[in-house]
Amino acid sequence: MKDFVLPDRDFGTPAAKSKQMVTLNIDGFDVTVPEGTSIMRAAAEAGIPVPKLCATDSVDAFGSCRLCLVEIEGRNGTPASCTTPVAPGIKVHTQTSKLKQLRRGVMELYISDHPLDCLTCAANGDCELQDMAGAVGLRDVRYEAVETHFRAKDTSGGANPQWLPKDDSNPYFSYDPSKCIVCSRCVRACEEVQGTFALTIQGRGWDSRVHAGARADSFLTSDCVSCGACVQACPTATLTEKSVIDIGTPDRAIVTTCAYCGVGCQFKAEMRGDELVRMVPYKHGKANRGHSCVKGRFAYGYASHQDRILNPMIRDTIDEPWREVSWAEAMEFAANRMKAIQQKYGRQSVGVITSSRCTNEESYLVQKLTRAVFLNNNTDTCARVCHSPTGYGLGQTFGTSAGTQDFDSVEDCDVALIIGSNPHSGHPVFASRLKKRLRQGAKLIVVDPRRTEMVEGAHYKAAHHLALRPGTNVAIVSALAHVIVTEKLYDEAFIRSRCDWAEFEDYAEFISDPKHSPEAVELLTGVPAEEVRGAARLYATGGNAAIYYGLGVTEHSQGSTTVIGIANLAMLTGNIGRPGVGVNPLRGQNNVQGSCDMGSFPHELPGYRHVKGAEVRAIYEKAWGVEIDPEPGLRIPNMLDAAVEGSFKGLYCQGEDILQSDPDTRHVAAGLAAMECVIVHDLFLNETANYAHVFFPGSSFLEKDGTFTNAERRINMVRKVMAPKQGYADWEVTQMFANAMGAGWTYTHPSQIMAEIALTTPSFAGVTYDRIEEMGSIQWPCNDQAPEGTPLMHIDGFVRGKGKFIRTEYVATDEKTGPRFPLLLTTGRILSQYNVGAQTRRTQNTVWHDQDVLEIHPHDAETRGIRDGDFVRLASRAGETTLRAEITDRVSPGVVYTTFHHPVTQANVVTTDFSDWATNCPEYKVTAVQVSPSNGPSEWQESYEAQASLSRRIAAAE
Amino acid sequence: MSHDSNWQTKLITMANQIARFMESKPHAEGVAGLASHINDFWEPRMRRQLFDILDQGGTGLRPLVIEAAPQIRRPATA
Repeated sequence: MKDFVLPDRDFGTPAAKSKQMVTLNIDGFDVTVPEGTSIMRAAAEAGIPVPKLCATDSVDAFGSCRLCLVEIEGRNGTPASCTTPVAPGIKVHTQTSKLKQLRRGVMELYISDHPLDCLTCAANGDCELQDMAGAVGLRDVRYEAVETHFRAKDTSGGANPQWLPKDDSNPYFSYDPSKCIVCSRCVRACEEVQGTFALTIQGRGWDSRVHAGARADSFLTSDCVSCGACVQACPTATLTEKSVIDIGTPDRAIVTTCAYCGVGCQFKAEMRGDELVRMVPYKHGKANRGHSCVKGRFAYGYASHQDRILNPMIRDTIDEPWREVSWAEAMEFAANRMKAIQQKYGRQSVGVITSSRCTNEESYLVQKLTRAVFLNNNTDTCARVCHSPTGYGLGQTFGTSAGTQDFDSVEDCDVALIIGSNPHSGHPVFASRLKKRLRQGAKLIVVDPRRTEMVEGAHYKAAHHLALRPGTNVAIVSALAHVIVTEKLYDEAFIRSRCDWAEFEDYAEFISDPKHSPEAVELLTGVPAEEVRGAARLYATGGNAAIYYGLGVTEHSQGSTTVIGIANLAMLTGNIGRPGVGVNPLRGQNNVQGSCDMGSFPHELPGYRHVKGAEVRAIYEKAWGVEIDPEPGLRIPNMLDAAVEGSFKGLYCQGEDILQSDPDTRHVAAGLAAMECVIVHDLFLNETANYAHVFFPGSSFLEKDGTFTNAERRINMVRKVMAPKQGYADWEVTQMFANAMGAGWTYTHPSQIMAEIALTTPSFAGVTYDRIEEMGSIQWPCNDQAPEGTPLMHIDGFVRGKGKFIRTEYVATDEKTGPRFPLLLTTGRILSQYNVGAQTRRTQNTVWHDQDVLEIHPHDAETRGIRDGDFVRLASRAGETTLRAEITDRVSPGVVYTTFHHPVTQANVVTTDFSDWATNCPEYKVTAVQVSPSNGPSEWQESYEAQASLSRRIAAAE
Repeated sequence: MSHDSNWQTKLITMANQIARFMESKPHAEGVAGLASHINDFWEPRMRRQLFDILDQGGTGLRPLVIEAAPQIRRPATA
């Protein structure tokens, strides 16, 4: 176990970016800093901390506390060092008798209106007010305050109207107004870092109070998104994590990586003993730069939830209750079954699903299990259902599936084009960084059927919102390209030097056809042609233009085609290969990038190398001492089809809940039910486990070492902060199982697995744990050509050589509306819940979202007699479910929307088995449905619930 | 090996989807592209089912799939 190494000091004000350096003298020492740096920061960098209260380096200087005063030779007065920039040659004094006296006076006033209950205060030992009282040598408070904000009763025993009770409405932190010094750090963090503007200073002078939302609001009812930035910024106990109030202050911190989304925020896990006290975003985390969202910051309670299964379990058939057994017995049972299946039905009758939640090392071992032990290529991962079209589309056009930028790149972006993604909910920390850039003046284009939170918010508004009909992405992206080509807005010099000119000419001829014009597709897409033209012109001519896209692009029958279309747009306009531009797939899961990198796809060995390549197979044949199957294996939907057909009988599924997350639940259930051995390896008895014969309990991200790779290809360390509650890290469990199958693996630490990955995968050749420790994180490719890793791709040329333009013909999905199913259902996410909710539902995040609701336009609701909050039946050709309706014009007429965070809703009962033509990525985003009033759960929901509760029984110990 | 008609229906849909994309390419490139896509991504038992369909005349398949068939790798019988 390692403590974090980099100092995590607060320099008071943000770093200046100027390349012009300035030398000044502070307390007799020469200091050289970038122009624009504050005197406070320059002093801190020289190791001289100036006392301060209202300054912290996550927000701009404010100059309100008057504690950081300094004297400058030749200048009058005592300027605040936080708001005074450095100047060449000035001589600054931070500690003079005049300054000492002034600071003591300021502190005296602060303390006169602050309760002196330090010993029993939650911030005792972690309070900047306390620290500053000590730093300035405050020994006496001469003012006997008559009026205060902290005494509940005044001197005569009556209620003190200035005293406000604690606001405990947020489940994770409390707001105690009596301890507030009104430094505004929380308000500024909410504005500048998070970009929500939920907090404000209400009143003036003596009446100034921090307040969330409007006058009648609490933190919970306000716009607050519980990101925790205010709590982190607060210098006193005013805003405090409830876990700190309950447990006490932590005594050490270990830097690790969040296990929620693909942003890959780094956190300090602050510990006392083996108890996790709090997660605090790590300032040196290169994806999040010290920021966090409600999930990573607070929603970690699932790791110690009572639902966690801590003992291995087995059963002969799925209608029996589970039997708890020893690890050895579970391994023997599972291995015997898998061996028997392979003997009876052949080598190809079993397979694995690697987890996008687990570490790179763990995914690598699971795919190695199928390739080197089962001796087939039947491995897949949840990227099948999210970003597999990205792999195909970017691979074809650019030569690699890699996202092209790092997140820092957004700071140089002038136009952000967001397609089928709602970073506000799905990738909130990236969204905060984007919104910051938008407040600085960058322009925004949003392509989304729904008016998401990204379309308009505090101090930003999309210049164009193309609210297209679900399923018409290719038509819209092609229309954008049509405008760029026919109006000659393309970057000819870039295309001539970086792409194949003949291929461009072919594409230009194709796309110039009037049938691709915005006017021609307007009826199809529902987007006014002028909006499309405006968006295309802005994207092509607005400066650095970056595309950010998500599952609204990929989860369609033409997902891969849209990705190709997006790559075409970036190549046409030369928006590739420098900061501020690029094609940025926003990945869903914490390690979905990594699980793909690690060879989880059935046609690719680690590093995206096709199994048909004899020279690639030779590398693994030598390393593993087995023959590698040269044929591609089954993808998840194919596994289920083969299971129903009878040729696929055994599955080892690590950390993924296919029954809830995959489309057409009935078909998934039928596939699982047809198998003879389903091994589920997870923290909880998930929905898939209803059909499992073996359950291996999993370990949380807090309980193991390893690495996650985020959406920027950044390999971040995951560090064990506590022992696995069920005894073993997940890589150890996979190894035990492989060895029970006869593998003979002998890994003793994940670093050895990474060494094997580096040895066999060219893009990881330079990656070692020591190197990651040293650099903090590494973006692959990392090898002899790029020993420091690769923040930006395709700088001097595309990975495949010349960028390839490919025609993108629009083909309407087979999922069509008609009289029986006249509405289009599309699905998405909400901020507080994550994916199938296995984790977030087991935290207090449920206060924000305790059920999935169906968003429906007022017109569609009215014609169906549906009122807000009514139970409604949602039916498609695949199945039906019930949930409550929310009437809103966020969705257009004809479109309905829901999330799939709750198993009881079973939204995927409704989704169909249509999928992307190239990758079989399911078409979650378009389902023809009908909505009608309902009295209660559907028949399927009831029978499912009955089966699930029967299946979850665990036999009492004898 | 049993024949699951549902699976075959699905494979016909999948092959036709690939064909629809490849049809926008120059003809020869489209034929080769379709074949190599299926060779690269379809597991042998999927290709075997596809050949079962083709051998019975390829009913339901778009012409490009049928034209590409000679370039698709026929898996060894199970």
